Amino acid sequence: MNTTWRLLLALFIAVAISACKTTEPEDTTATDTTDTAPVKEATTAAAADPRDYTDARNFDNSESLLSKRVVYFDFDKSEVKSEYRAIVAAHAAYVSAHGSARVTLEGHADERGTREYNLGLGERRGNAISGLLSAAGAMGSQLDTVSYGEERPVCRVSDDSCWSQNRRVEIVYTAR
Amino acid sequence: MTMSKILEKAIYALLPLLLLTQLAQAKLEIEIVQGNASALPIAIIPLQWRASGPPPETSVGDVISADLYRSGLFAPLDEEDMVDRPVDAESIRYGTWRLLKVDYVMVGTVRDAPDGAGYDIVYQLVDVHTQEHMLSQITSVGLGDLRFGSHRVADAIYEKLTGVPGAFSTRIAYVSATGIGNDQNYQLFVADADGFNPQPVVGSPEPLLSPSWSHDGQRLAYVSFEKGNSAIYIQNVSTGARELASSGKGINGAPAFSPDDRYLAMTLSYSGNPEIYIKDLSTGQKRQLTNHWAIDTEPAWSPDGKTIYFTSDRGGRPQIYSVAAAGGKARRVTRSGDYNARATISPDGGRIAVAQGRGNEYRIAILETETGRMRSLTPGVLDESPSFAPNGSMILYATRENSRGVLAAVSADGNVRQRLILTEGDVREPAWSPVIR
Repeated sequence: MNTTWRLLLALFIAVAISACKTTEPEDTTATDTTDTAPVKEATTAAAADPRDYTDARNFDNSESLLSKRVVYFDFDKSEVKSEYRAIVAAHAAYVSAHGSARVTLEGHADERGTREYNLGLGERRGNAISGLLSAAGAMGSQLDTVSYGEERPVCRVSDDSCWSQNRRVEIVYTAR
Repeated sequence: MTMSKILEKAIYALLPLLLLTQLAQAKLEIEIVQGNASALPIAIIPLQWRASGPPPETSVGDVISADLYRSGLFAPLDEEDMVDRPVDAESIRYGTWRLLKVDYVMVGTVRDAPDGAGYDIVYQLVDVHTQEHMLSQITSVGLGDLRFGSHRVADAIYEKLTGVPGAFSTRIAYVSATGIGNDQNYQLFVADADGFNPQPVVGSPEPLLSPSWSHDGQRLAYVSFEKGNSAIYIQNVSTGARELASSGKGINGAPAFSPDDRYLAMTLSYSGNPEIYIKDLSTGQKRQLTNHWAIDTEPAWSPDGKTIYFTSDRGGRPQIYSVAAAGGKARRVTRSGDYNARATISPDGGRIAVAQGRGNEYRIAILETETGRMRSLTPGVLDESPSFAPNGSMILYATRENSRGVLAAVSADGNVRQRLILTEGDVREPAWSPVIR
């Protein structure tokens, strides 16, 4: 416990110092009357431990898995690949630690195959993520799945580079 | 001349052009991409206009001619090659038409209906070789329905010469998507079978899909995401009145009216995964038809209403299965191909068209239920959503061209293919209406 606290303190100091550094140029450009609030915000945001998945500040911290909220799938498959398990585990940690958090799992498919079957496939992918979140402690009442099938592609070219981006589940927080 | 005057002149000069592009944007253009060498040569002589008021922009004869041409079974003679223009069957000089290698000639007149409330299309169809009068009829239509009347005449000629009722006086429904990103707009349209007269039925910034006609041709069931999740609506095409048919948790999709329009088959996933349900439209009661952990979806009724065909991946990949509409054990129907989905059943019940996937290619394939023989009808890449014409002659489907959705139709024997291109938007999810009486 002691070592953890010491590590956290060290981390806090390190991050605080780096935060001060990054705010320096801002100070020179900002007028004297407005600089206090942004500096404070930057300091606290930077203080988040990227591996503390219960910390909401990590949603916007690119170093934290909580900032990653899209999981990709293989064609006609709904198994969550091992490379995405850590992302899902991070969100499970957040959702189970925050009873008020609500998540919608938006399931999507690529354009190949029929639209209604792809609605089913998108839902199955959403449910796969939902199942993992539940198994890791999220409450069923916190989770919702919506399938958009192939109706909302992020990319519209008919090749695999595009299809692989469209076969996805987006983890959308409706409440944090 | 002042600058503003020049501008004004330029605007007036451009105005007709602007109006034309406006009109063109709403129109489907049809082009035969694969013809039929054995098409019947026929001459549709321009009909005499004897009605009061000016004749319509597109003449009755042109509409009939275009319909017959699109079917792929007829080769109408170009108007400029018509050296003679008889006004009735009695004045046809048969030798002339034999020289032009024409087998059939249609002549006719458009006149005011006796009650003045519309038009009478009076026409005759003759066989050039036997000089037999094959049809001698009057088709009466209301004032705004001359195109519809022309399609009815084409239907009669088609039926007389092929033995199969025509399907030209029917309609098609389809979804058009325009815009990108957050600025998407989806519209469900109903147009004449030749793409003219497109009328928006419903529009939404959220996806619309799976339009399905009632067999009385009055209503469309469809899926809309307008409330965030999928929901099924039933809308009257002429009055616009609509009702919510299903909006439970999970998927509400793939609506299909029973042949007697008393029931709506649909896919619901509130139980945890997609299953087929049948809703009694008079009582609102619904009954679960399938029960399997797999995806069961895309129900399609057999014409006698006794069987439901559906897509299921219970065997690992999507295939077509059948189950008695009253309930029972499901039986696998498609046996060849990795991916067979979205069945549509021919009006005689003998053929099932599907979207068949092989690797990255999706084609429309047809299965003969009697023999179990299956073959693909279209050159593919991403062909889906097959829909039979109510006479079984053609299958309308969605395909992609230059990253854009377009509609196409293929004859049930695969010999004739045509594209229907809406000049704007990504067009998909076609559904051919039943015959409108």
